[in-house]
Amino acid sequence: MSKKEPAGQKPFDGEHDYSAGLAVVAPDPVANPGLEPHRVRMTDKSPAHEKRAARQVATLFFVSIFGSAFAIYAYIAFPITNELWTVRNNTLLLGLGIALGLFGIGFGAVHWAKTLMPDNEVSEPRHQTRGSEEVRARAIEIVNLANEESGFTRRKLIRRSLYGALALFPLPAIVLFRDLSPATDPTEELRHTLWESGKRLTHDPSGAPIKASDLTVGSVFHVIPEGLMNPEDGSHAADMLEQKAKAAVLLVRLDPEDINSDREKEWGYNGIVAYSKICTHVGCPVALYEQHTHHLLCPCHQSTFDLANDCKVVFGPASRPLPQLPITVDAEGYLVAKSDFLEPVGPSFWER
Amino acid sequence: MKNKMNSARRSKFAAIVVIASGLLVSGAGYAVATQVATTSASSAYTQAQVDEGHKLFLANCASCHGKNAEGTHNAPTLIGVGAASVDFQVSSGRMPAQASGPQIQVKPVQFTDAQIAELAAYVDSLAPGPSVPTEGQTAANGNATRGGELFRINCAMCHNAAGAGGALTQGKYAPSLMGASGTEIYEAMITGPQNMPVFNDANLTPTDKKDIITYLNYLQTNPSVSGLDLENIGPVAEGLFVWVAVLGLIIGITVWLGAKSN
Repeated sequence: MSKKEPAGQKPFDGEHDYSAGLAVVAPDPVANPGLEPHRVRMTDKSPAHEKRAARQVATLFFVSIFGSAFAIYAYIAFPITNELWTVRNNTLLLGLGIALGLFGIGFGAVHWAKTLMPDNEVSEPRHQTRGSEEVRARAIEIVNLANEESGFTRRKLIRRSLYGALALFPLPAIVLFRDLSPATDPTEELRHTLWESGKRLTHDPSGAPIKASDLTVGSVFHVIPEGLMNPEDGSHAADMLEQKAKAAVLLVRLDPEDINSDREKEWGYNGIVAYSKICTHVGCPVALYEQHTHHLLCPCHQSTFDLANDCKVVFGPASRPLPQLPITVDAEGYLVAKSDFLEPVGPSFWER
Repeated sequence: MKNKMNSARRSKFAAIVVIASGLLVSGAGYAVATQVATTSASSAYTQAQVDEGHKLFLANCASCHGKNAEGTHNAPTLIGVGAASVDFQVSSGRMPAQASGPQIQVKPVQFTDAQIAELAAYVDSLAPGPSVPTEGQTAANGNATRGGELFRINCAMCHNAAGAGGALTQGKYAPSLMGASGTEIYEAMITGPQNMPVFNDANLTPTDKKDIITYLNYLQTNPSVSGLDLENIGPVAEGLFVWVAVLGLIIGITVWLGAKSN
């Protein structure tokens, strides 16, 4: 095609010797500009420039020498002590020294090559990707010879047993990685939390129980279920983190007159209400409570819940209200759950 | 909601309701004030301080908080907020407020320490409330590790794990705690200024509060362990720095590598 005139440059004259068809042969949209004219560098024209460039390269190498020496000095002069912040000076100055050491060599070498090494421009055409006919024929010959000598096609038993061995080899990995899936039914695990009827609300992290009288209007308590942490000796349940991730609750006391929802009042106690702390958007802990607006803000994506109104979403990407934990008080005045959450906590679930 | 309120205001009973509730509030306020006046002898303030504070209050606070501190539609009642609240708001420069807005801003302190104590004495005399913490309560000599854990559970969601503050809804924000004194931190916890929740002594015991103050004091007095802390405001600032400054540097080096020497 390169020998013909491009179609766009020649008016149609009915004498094309290539197929008419629908193909439109576009003219070369970006003409090859060819090689730029060679520009002689200043360092080749003026000895003063050449000297200066040589000094610059040497200076960069001296910078590298200084940097490496400084790194050794910094490591010894700014040791890491028991004061935590000494880590900063040590790593910062050591890193600066090593960086100068490496950058000095790199920049110096590149600057040397660009300004002082010979400035010859050479154009090298690419070789053909396709091998020559002789090379191709020889390759086929080698494959055939290998087949014949090894008997790969002739010895059926060996060939087929090798296929079998190769097919079975990945199976252990499949059995192995299969165990990464949840051991028990995840639906059941996520549907239920540690909360149950009569379980006390306790302080996070101490595990001490909370009395209704402990809360003043405007109070916010971060709550975990009883039994997760032992307030006596600070020990905790074996699966503490898994359970806490589902059962974390924010306990807030509002003025009962501010609560607009009868259900919220009924599930609370004298204006004390408990809501799941797990955002229904992607599960961040929602705990930025504003005392006067009764807004509860999620710091991750700014979902805002109205605590005075069933924790309905008033702004942001969350699509469901935070689940409320029904609470009451026991005979000793401690706050207890009336039941588990009546809906699954957290962002997503199978039936949603 | 708004329409409902407007129609309620137009009701013929509205005037009666307003007058009745006004009388009730001022009456109750007066009753509380006189009742506490008799018991205030046992408080930490002298009667002279209360009287001076009353004058200061009338001159500087009453236009918003009402002549008897009963509150108006511009500002909440101060009956029962306690001396700690007054000390926090006035000594941090938030009160008297300069302008209304999503949040009352910090500005230069308007009163001397003696005047602040007098104002606190007056408000304290209205009804019992949280008192100004003692130096022993606010000294930073608790357990910083425990304070750090309590801070991360109770405070860090708004004030940031490094105490650098953060945004709330509709223009409100949790301020940085880097310049806050132990007394201010303690008073903020017990009184819950503006939209901050209240952390009473049943929620965070005085020991817990001391530990939190100790932790914040550690943050305030120790430089960051890493290099540039970029104000500790989180991944957005850090990401922006890396994308703009570091990536810019890499692009610059790449351009230099590919450029011909002249």
